[in-house]
Amino acid sequence: MTAAVFFGCAFIAFGPAFSLFIFTIAKDPLRVIILIAGAFFWLVSLLLSSLVWFIATKATNAQDLTLQKNLLIFGSIFSVILQEVFRFGYYRLLRKANEGLAAISEEDGPPLSVREMAYVAGLGFGIMSGAFSMINTLSDSLGPGTVGMFGDSQYYFITSALMTLALTMLHTFWGVVFFEGCERKRWWVIAVVLCVHLMVFSLSLLNPFYVGSILPVYAIMLLMAVWAFFSSGGSLHNITLLWTCRKSNAETSS
Amino acid sequence: MKSHWMCSNMVRCLGDGNTSLQKLATSIVFFFCLSDVSCNSVEQKIYVELNNTVPCVRLLNATHQIGCQSSISGDTGVIHVLESEEDLEWPLSKGPNPPYMVLLESSLFTRSIMMKMKNESNRVAGVAVVVPNTSPPEFSPHTTCPNENTGVYSDNYGPNLAHCNTTVWNPRGNGLSYEEFDFPVFSLKEDNETEFIKQCYLDHNRAVNGSAPQYPLCAMQLFSHMHAVTNTPTCMRRNDINFSINPEMVCDPLGDYNVWGSIRPYNDTVFGHKENESVVIAAARLDSRAFFWEVSTGAEGSVSGFVTLLAAAQALREVTHEAPPTRNILFAFFQGETFDYIGSSRMVYDMENGKFVIDLDNIHSVLEIGQVALHSGNNLFLHSDPVSRRNNTVNDVVREELFSSFFPNVSQPLPPSSLQRFLRAQPIPGIVLADHESAFNNRYYESFYDNAANLNLTYPSDLSPEEQLEFVTHTAESLTDVATVVARALYKQAGGDESRVNTIKADPKIVTQMLYGFLVSSNNSWFQAVMAPELKNILTCVHVLGYLGLHCFVFFCLLEPSPPEYYYLLANLTGAATNLTQSQCQKPDELPNESRQMYSYLWVQGIVPPNSTERDSFCVRASVRLTKAVSPAFELGEYASKDYSTWTESRWKFIKARIFLVASRDLEMLTLGVGVAVLFTSLLVTYFISTKADVLFSSTREPASAAY
Repeated sequence: MTAAVFFGCAFIAFGPAFSLFIFTIAKDPLRVIILIAGAFFWLVSLLLSSLVWFIATKATNAQDLTLQKNLLIFGSIFSVILQEVFRFGYYRLLRKANEGLAAISEEDGPPLSVREMAYVAGLGFGIMSGAFSMINTLSDSLGPGTVGMFGDSQYYFITSALMTLALTMLHTFWGVVFFEGCERKRWWVIAVVLCVHLMVFSLSLLNPFYVGSILPVYAIMLLMAVWAFFSSGGSLHNITLLWTCRKSNAETSS
Repeated sequence: MKSHWMCSNMVRCLGDGNTSLQKLATSIVFFFCLSDVSCNSVEQKIYVELNNTVPCVRLLNATHQIGCQSSISGDTGVIHVLESEEDLEWPLSKGPNPPYMVLLESSLFTRSIMMKMKNESNRVAGVAVVVPNTSPPEFSPHTTCPNENTGVYSDNYGPNLAHCNTTVWNPRGNGLSYEEFDFPVFSLKEDNETEFIKQCYLDHNRAVNGSAPQYPLCAMQLFSHMHAVTNTPTCMRRNDINFSINPEMVCDPLGDYNVWGSIRPYNDTVFGHKENESVVIAAARLDSRAFFWEVSTGAEGSVSGFVTLLAAAQALREVTHEAPPTRNILFAFFQGETFDYIGSSRMVYDMENGKFVIDLDNIHSVLEIGQVALHSGNNLFLHSDPVSRRNNTVNDVVREELFSSFFPNVSQPLPPSSLQRFLRAQPIPGIVLADHESAFNNRYYESFYDNAANLNLTYPSDLSPEEQLEFVTHTAESLTDVATVVARALYKQAGGDESRVNTIKADPKIVTQMLYGFLVSSNNSWFQAVMAPELKNILTCVHVLGYLGLHCFVFFCLLEPSPPEYYYLLANLTGAATNLTQSQCQKPDELPNESRQMYSYLWVQGIVPPNSTERDSFCVRASVRLTKAVSPAFELGEYASKDYSTWTESRWKFIKARIFLVASRDLEMLTLGVGVAVLFTSLLVTYFISTKADVLFSSTREPASAAY
């Protein structure tokens, strides 16, 4: 649409991920490495699943639109499953790597806890997923035109950006919850994450009925945030502590 | 004016956007795919490219620039379909969403509307003209007095005849072709694309009950950025700047080739005056122009003239072999006459400076064929120059030239014709043959409507293309009669045997085939038979891979001197078929009787015989030559010359048009505002949580993920 829309959508989609990166990840090189490796794992899972989808579409009749749409849905479900498989694979890889890092590090104990690795891995998945969702759309938003000539909604860009933001954060929370579940050998957690991921995907099929897709996705994101908070060691007590700490800081300083 | 040395259009963007990323990214589009539309890239949802558009380009001469210009990143405007001249108020003053892209029907493409838009050009982003299949009653974008400053009439020569004081030759001319517009003007055909544009306008841009139309609005973007500015001396100077390894040219001089042929051959290496040689020159012009780029056919303006002359040349072939006339006859076809007589001024200059096989003193007289379409009635008129006829010798020769009982009006000047350039050099007897007594009969002079329909070239509807090629139309018959008259007049003028004059007859079949080839379809079997095998009249494109912006490939087009159709036609019609093989045809000097200096040898495809698939190719020997037709101003380096044509055409990178919807400014600012707010909020929250992380996540000492 123009530079204004380009920057607006870029900030919406990548703002939180960017701020998370600069405040929590950028200072520690090990975290950066795990982030990038996580992004790479997500990329490989996408590549394999898109290969399957591509072969399926080329092998069938391109003119049959319902068939193509069904192939798309099948391809997406396969991709979701493959992403979670790769997340599990990444977990195993990190566990192995952690033992090695612990052996060579100067401090006693591993340099990164599993919780930190979970968060960083999730964020890596999220950033790459967001990039792939949004970059193509962003580059088209720079021109003078907007979506709508063929009946699409004119809010296409802004809703794409919001969806990307939600998906990035969701991947982060899923990473935390997933790794925690694997640590505690709670396999039902993996199943729940997979189901929630599939649910988000199916909600996205409701586009352009944006009320029906974006609002539920954000609701799910809030629920996942709460779950991730609790599973990474937070509690209500800590929040009240934080609040009284601030109050007492304010009292002592005033 | 069809072609020139260097190709103007250089870049065609083959891939847009981030191609490598896009290939992979299309595979993830299924995350955000719309439910009932098959997965397309976002760009296809936004833009609709318009393919059948023709731009108006910029031309420059010694003092001015004419034509149209767009900004370098295209001009975008909200589409407005103009209904009448009063409706112009909306885009020019009342409309609330300037700038506007005005869509005109051709009936509204008039001087007054275009001038009004030119004056308010900050509210007009561009103009698109819908050209219908049927022509309007009359339309001529040329000036009323064509080539008035480079003809023979000036303050020193027939001042009362100069500047169309006695006869206005093109009274219908509105001069639009010679105006300068600083917005792009494109032409659209009346087809599905244009219907789509009008539908888009009706759906989105109509004001309901006088209130402003709601966003999103339908808009069009036109790209036709021209590199040259101001005038020819400026752009030629900029051509010469040597900044980098690949210097950028900004304009090219207009020019191409003249074609000439003669009854008796001349040695191509011996230039200058020839003793005791007297030549009758028969001239016609080849080119025409239109307001938009390269859509002109010039059916009445030029095709009628040169087809007649080609047919006359063919009619004279036999009789001049059997009973050669005293004087030689030289058939000259001039290119670039629309733009201040480029071709003829170059030939006269060559003759004056001893660079041509004859010179001006060898010329006995000139017979020029002007516009001879013979619309109303079958009258031909002869025009001559009254000033030179005051000289008795000239007058006598001209009176000899006159045939039948046509007597020209002695107080009327010559119409715009190549003869004027010859007269500028020295008084030469000459007449111009035309179908108009004073002003032109041509209602579409130098316009895109000067096509086959203007000549009433109609074929019965049940004929195949091959049958149409052979069918002798009414127009062809009348032009054949003119060609016969011209051939006989030339033969008599050249001092040929009087008794044989009545045996000279032009062939109507050849005339109709030429008319078909030049006005309907040039891809026909006869044209293919007379041309060389691998030649097509297209530019050869040499790929130069380069990156401009986002992944564009640059095509450099070099115009190889590929001889045009008229050259081959003249050679076939006046020359002789020989028995030479192809290799002999390319090197004829090795043979005792053949000489490249006297003749041109052309290997042509020939026809396909009935019982075979191979073409019967053969070698044609003809005394036909091509000479360069670039204005002497460029040879001499006088780019501000007042005597010679100084026209150049600007270069450009790409020309395209597209339509899309534009969103309101409010929505854009809202998006930006939300984005900035999201960014700042997330920065603050993340900072806050990461500093308090040890409190929030107490089970482990190290900071962990930040929750929203």
